[in-house]
Amino acid sequence: MRSTNKKIFFMGVRDGAPFLLVVGPFAMLFGVVATEAGLNVLETLLFSVAVIAGAAQFTALQLLTENAPAVIALLSALAVNLRMAMYSATLTPYVGDAPMWQRGFLAYFLVDQTFATSMRAYPDHPEWTTGQRVAYFFGVATLCCIPWYGFTVLGALVGNAIPQGLALDFALPITFLAMIAPMLTTPAHLVACGVAVAASLCLTWVPYNFGLILSGLAGMIAGAQVEQRMEARK
Amino acid sequence: MIERPELWYVIAALAVGSFGLRFVFIGLVGDRPLPEWLLRHLRFTAVAILPALVAPLVVWPSATGGEFDVPRFGAAVVTLVVGLLTRQTLTAILCGAVTLFGLLYLVG
Repeated sequence: MRSTNKKIFFMGVRDGAPFLLVVGPFAMLFGVVATEAGLNVLETLLFSVAVIAGAAQFTALQLLTENAPAVIALLSALAVNLRMAMYSATLTPYVGDAPMWQRGFLAYFLVDQTFATSMRAYPDHPEWTTGQRVAYFFGVATLCCIPWYGFTVLGALVGNAIPQGLALDFALPITFLAMIAPMLTTPAHLVACGVAVAASLCLTWVPYNFGLILSGLAGMIAGAQVEQRMEARK
Repeated sequence: MIERPELWYVIAALAVGSFGLRFVFIGLVGDRPLPEWLLRHLRFTAVAILPALVAPLVVWPSATGGEFDVPRFGAAVVTLVVGLLTRQTLTAILCGAVTLFGLLYLVG
């Protein structure tokens, strides 16, 4: 039993490893931007440890640098993170009966990468116990989350030394697309994805990142509708 | 320069708020069953939100100041197609990266 848990943990580590390519540069960039905004290394590290959400950290920092009121910076950053509540709801049927302390850590480490990787693995392994699902999740988090702190500090220390020509900005889209594509297994999933993409391209004008939430909801509703109709036809 | 007490308030409130958003269902709903209609929608969270997050980055990349970029768009298409055909994340990432650098080299 313990040895399978260990095996599943390392399976998670392996599945999360490609995201190191994204997390490393992204975290360093945050370190660079934060020090440019006047934060010292300790403040930058504390920001990353406390919040552990890249896009929200960038949003708050940018608005504070532009002298926006603190409340606006805070609400905008929280709006960017609103999708995490949907991730939390989606994971609940899989890990909701884990011990409370584990659920606390699950919530803390719940980011795009750990969510996407787990939601790809869980449906493929219906035989896993809750403990094994938690072990897998923490395996993924080991390389997706823990290095976030270290690379933030590295970025704050080395400053603006990341070469532009490497096109590292595109590591995030590529790894996410590579993660999503294999999940598109049914017409309902394809419709959900298509509707969400179309909506997000049309809703970029919506302020505070709410366009993303609306697009996600539109995609989820479309997918659920198609699934329900196909089941009714059987 | 960012004011000091303000920065600390924002970091603290953002930490609490972000954790709250992540904890709200996993922590508070726990093992109570969710209604069927909700589960039906939640099954599509990953394939809806993540593509919606990525789509604008693919069409209007920030690195080019929001200008449509052939290498980046091409790399995204290749990644998607390879991922759909092979169902292998790593293969898709590699093919996407090769396409990106190849096209960047060719197009300049």
